[in-house]
Amino acid sequence: MTLPHEQLSTSVSVASASSEVSAPATAPKRKLRCSVRGAKKSFGQNPILRGVDLDIEEGAFAVLVGPSGCGKSTLLRLVAGLEELDEGTIHLGERDVTHAPPRDRDVAMVFQSYALYPHLSVRENLAFGLKLRKTSDKDIDERVREASKMLSLGELLDRMPKQLSGGQKQRVAMGRAIVRRPQIFLFDEPLSNLDAALRAEVRVEIRRNHDQLRATTLYVTHDQVEAMTLADTLWVMNGGVVEQKGTPLDVYERPRSEFVAGFLGSPQMNFFDAKLEKEGDRWLAIGEGARIAIGEERFGAALTEGRTVRAGVRPHDLVRAEEGQPIAGNLHVEIIEALGFEAIAHGWLTASGPRVIARLDADEARKAKSGDSIPLAVTPGSAHLFDPKTGLALDAK
Amino acid sequence: MSNASRSERNRLEFLESGVIHALLIAAVLFALYPLLWVVSIALSPGGISTSHGALPLPTHPSLWNFHALLGKGSSARAWLFGRQLANSIIVAVATAVTAIGVAIPAAYALARFDFVGAKTGMRTLLATQMFPAVASAVPLYLLLDALHLLDSRAGLVLVYASTAVPFAIFQLRGAFLAIPVDIEEAAMVDGATRTEAFWRVVLPAARPAIAVTALYAFMSAYNEFILAATLLSRESAFTLPVVLQRYVGEHGAAWGIFAAGAIVVSLPVMALFYYAQRHLVSGLTAGGVKG
Repeated sequence: MTLPHEQLSTSVSVASASSEVSAPATAPKRKLRCSVRGAKKSFGQNPILRGVDLDIEEGAFAVLVGPSGCGKSTLLRLVAGLEELDEGTIHLGERDVTHAPPRDRDVAMVFQSYALYPHLSVRENLAFGLKLRKTSDKDIDERVREASKMLSLGELLDRMPKQLSGGQKQRVAMGRAIVRRPQIFLFDEPLSNLDAALRAEVRVEIRRNHDQLRATTLYVTHDQVEAMTLADTLWVMNGGVVEQKGTPLDVYERPRSEFVAGFLGSPQMNFFDAKLEKEGDRWLAIGEGARIAIGEERFGAALTEGRTVRAGVRPHDLVRAEEGQPIAGNLHVEIIEALGFEAIAHGWLTASGPRVIARLDADEARKAKSGDSIPLAVTPGSAHLFDPKTGLALDAK
Repeated sequence: MSNASRSERNRLEFLESGVIHALLIAAVLFALYPLLWVVSIALSPGGISTSHGALPLPTHPSLWNFHALLGKGSSARAWLFGRQLANSIIVAVATAVTAIGVAIPAAYALARFDFVGAKTGMRTLLATQMFPAVASAVPLYLLLDALHLLDSRAGLVLVYASTAVPFAIFQLRGAFLAIPVDIEEAAMVDGATRTEAFWRVVLPAARPAIAVTALYAFMSAYNEFILAATLLSRESAFTLPVVLQRYVGEHGAAWGIFAAGAIVVSLPVMALFYYAQRHLVSGLTAGGVKG
């Protein structure tokens, strides 16, 4: 049985994720809440953004993800108005806010450091923005009560920030954004100062709050788990440009470049320098000790005999070969990391080749040990191919 | 852990706290001893007498010295003393207010903005701190003379501010640097202008540091003697350190009155410290504790 809210969230995520796809009649195509065009920004001689376009639909959860220095935080700060663009435009709703100061943009931001006002109580922290905007005391009270209920802040309202734990500060920071009821929520790596258990908890809470409030959200993180789990649309950035955007699963399954393929997914994708060869009616990428079967329909005309490629296989698609399965290579095991329900085996196929990571069942992991040689097979159709020069995927589409 | 070793540990802890307390009490006595002597001398009508032993106990305790300090019933003398006390307080308060008033914007600019001359400015300020005030006594005298500010509170404030301002800028720049830019940005996103963010967030967050700096400026002006003695010659313009010094001049030393004066001089400062101690403690530890 499907619960009503599950149905709702599925239909919403589909609608908001693919703007190109014509939306169902019941959910008319949504307006753009935030749109950035041709954003360029340098600090001194150092270009940070080299021309970025970003669109977020009303009510959608967009996540900017990328390694440090890729420009994701700068892009967020540009939307907030804390930095000014060198070139390009920013629209929030219908309004051109390219040169508007932060206070005139109707955005709320949750900072990595939480940035609570140290001299104000939790209640005053929450009310600060509303007071500045001359909201009536009655409204302030009501909104503070509402937000504190939503985030279970009730007992903390009269405490000072220094009396709060990291997780509590984080919730107050979110509450301060929520009471504002802004056009768009901006999150700058809000979970990176929390410990792992709390991070997972707050992550779910952020998504739950979003589903409840339907507030347009732009979220910056370098953590791919956060990115994958929270996003309606994922924007993978690298070197000041957007490398790829799409739903998290699309991006994960069809990375447009070697960078995106390597950045998303943990443990990281295995890459081999290989040559394409045709054996009978099967295409293979052969090199560095690997013989990887390639799905023909995915790559189409890109498959030519003798072409050099970078072949990528995720560790989870590189498993022990069953009887009769074609062998993709023999893993010389160096280290086994047992995770309980499965294990990760580290090693190499040939001594001169790259390090290789494969997945083992918990049972196999118990038997395997360092120095073993394990025959590996590739899950059919899971191999990725990239052009070694451009780094772009060779997918036909 | 066995009971024996636990009680052994308790005993050690008890011993440790005993030693610490003994050391603290000794330190307090060491610091208090001269002060108790001052009180004792102030309460002894003859001042220091040879019959005093090592214990700071007054001989024939009375308030005669205080009476003498306030003019022995002459209202003109009492009035003069009151005026001198007022001089001291006004000059010290004005110095503190000037120092803080000038230093807050300067320190904020130096902490937050990158502008041409910021580094050189800081270095120049540092350089001004390297000269002892006495070295500039003569030039200051000539300067104030030319400005017709000798024997005036305004002149003294100007002189004191010239050393208090650079110091305050240093102190407050450090305090502003310790306040994360994030909270200013949060305020601006929340709807504040840059100025509002400064008044509503930065300044309150820096309040302990500002209190300490103001107190320091107040104290250094309130206690200053050498420049005051150089620049003031009219009795009605004197500040209290100069007044007190007169009692132990070339024509004999009235230690009793001097001690009584020392106590009277200390009272406003003690009151101020008592009032500001909460700020002071958090100001002195600010930066060491992560908010």
